[in-house]
Amino acid sequence: MIKTDAVIIGAGPTGLFTAHQLKLIGLDCEVVDNLDKIGGQCIELYPDKPIYDIPAIPECTGEELTNSLIDQLKPFNIKFHLNERVEEVKNNNDRWEVKTNKGTSFNTPNIIIAGGVGSFEPRKFSLKDCEKFEDKSIFYAIKDKTIFKNKTVSIFGGGDSALDWAIELSKNSKVNLIHRRDEFRGAKSTVDKMHKWAKEGSISLYTQYQLKDVKGGPESLESIDIEHDNKEIKHLKTDFVLGFFGLIMQLGPIANWGLNLDKKTINVDTEKFETNQKGIYAVGDICTYPGKLKLILSGFHEGALAARACFKLARPNEKYRFEFTTTSTNLLKRLGKKE
Amino acid sequence: MTKIVYIENGGKSHSIDVQNGLTVMEGAIQNNVPGIDADCGGSMACATCHVYVKEEWFNKLPKKEDGEEDMLDMAFEPNKFSRLSCQLTVTDELDGLTVQLPSKQA
Ligand SMILES: Cc1cc2nc3c(=O)[nH]c(=O)nc-3n(C[C@H](O)[C@H](O)[C@H](O)COP(=O)(O)OP(=O)(O)OC[C@H]3O[C@@H](n4cnc5c(N)ncnc54)[C@H](O)[C@@H]3O)c2cc1C
Ligand code: FES
Repeated sequence: MIKTDAVIIGAGPTGLFTAHQLKLIGLDCEVVDNLDKIGGQCIELYPDKPIYDIPAIPECTGEELTNSLIDQLKPFNIKFHLNERVEEVKNNNDRWEVKTNKGTSFNTPNIIIAGGVGSFEPRKFSLKDCEKFEDKSIFYAIKDKTIFKNKTVSIFGGGDSALDWAIELSKNSKVNLIHRRDEFRGAKSTVDKMHKWAKEGSISLYTQYQLKDVKGGPESLESIDIEHDNKEIKHLKTDFVLGFFGLIMQLGPIANWGLNLDKKTINVDTEKFETNQKGIYAVGDICTYPGKLKLILSGFHEGALAARACFKLARPNEKYRFEFTTTSTNLLKRLGKKE
Repeated sequence: MTKIVYIENGGKSHSIDVQNGLTVMEGAIQNNVPGIDADCGGSMACATCHVYVKEEWFNKLPKKEDGEEDMLDMAFEPNKFSRLSCQLTVTDELDGLTVQLPSKQA
């Protein structure tokens, strides 16, 4: 059990700047994110697109903004728990117990939810029967490619992940590549390579097809049916199915923590950005209040205020003093600018 | 105001007067039509505003911009009449546009 002053859920721009604000005022924090990287929507959805409305930064891409925020955290030693989703939040003697799906647990007086529109999860097949085979014969990410050796693998999707894996796995497996239209959206060189291999017969390509049915025993898949736009059905024997449809944001476990929700957002006050539960705050895209703007700059403001609110519960016997980074010896020490 | 008809997956129909200049997605969200999530707020990054356009309307709509078809690859059960409603701006020409909502967005 990790004891800390505050747990931040979400390593998007809001979570990152909130961590900075907590450390600056002398509190510890730990950050959890379900993605395998830091940066939230900026890094997952638009790393290369320029943003023009961050105050004092005329132009920067999603990735550059993320890197600058990470840079700004350099003076502080912050522990990130990536690839972990916070599942459970429980009250225990005026403190909170926070548990992730990987079994990490925290004990803290403060939880700051900076969860955006929810955690990023892989998009799955719409077919209900696919659930039975998930993590056995149907996968949305590859952890161990050796299991596919000398087997038949049917890959669905039209982006780089689908193409890269089709090319990679076709070296040692029989690969079917299935996509809902003729055009692929991957890098041109990859698309060309895939078409070349398909022509030579090392990849069997099916376009304008989508998954229609999955068949097999209780433990493993035997075959699938795919349906053409013109309703024609093809039956393919296959050992494995891989789906690469990108990621989607799902509110997921946050909905079960007894918080006052408004659709997919959490109601907060605008003094502390506290939810209806004492010691749980929500900042950034996930919070709502009259006038809320879903902009990065709003998240920064909200995080700064929530961090001050955390001080009271983390240091009940001390008084928070307002200080500037330019002139406060205390803050300059924390920033590593003064001995 | 332009009339847009949203038909839920279960068949329930909502006929809404939407202000010109808003998107078909915004028309649904502002009027609490269930079935459109619009997680990314209209920035063509989520595909959770996916709709099926009634066949007779499909060819009357402005063409898809770069990127919309790519995003539709990720939508839930897309078909050849699929569009992202955040990319459809309401104008007089769309009066009576009818869109069907998928059974889920994700
Ligand atoms: C294409 C596009 C363009 C945009 N352009 C601009 C712009 O120009 N200017 C602007 O100001 N804003 C822009 N935005 C909006 C901006 O990206 C968001 O406002 C911002 O990312 C919100 O930050 P956040 O930290 O609150 O949430 P997010 O960036 O969404 O990060 C939330 C993180 O929390 C994680 N998470 C959620 N739940 C859990 C859980 N239970 N356990 C673990 N982790 C969890 C998620 O995995 C995610 O990484 C744009 C958005 C998009 C999609
Ligand atoms: S609202 Fe996200 S793609 Fe349309």
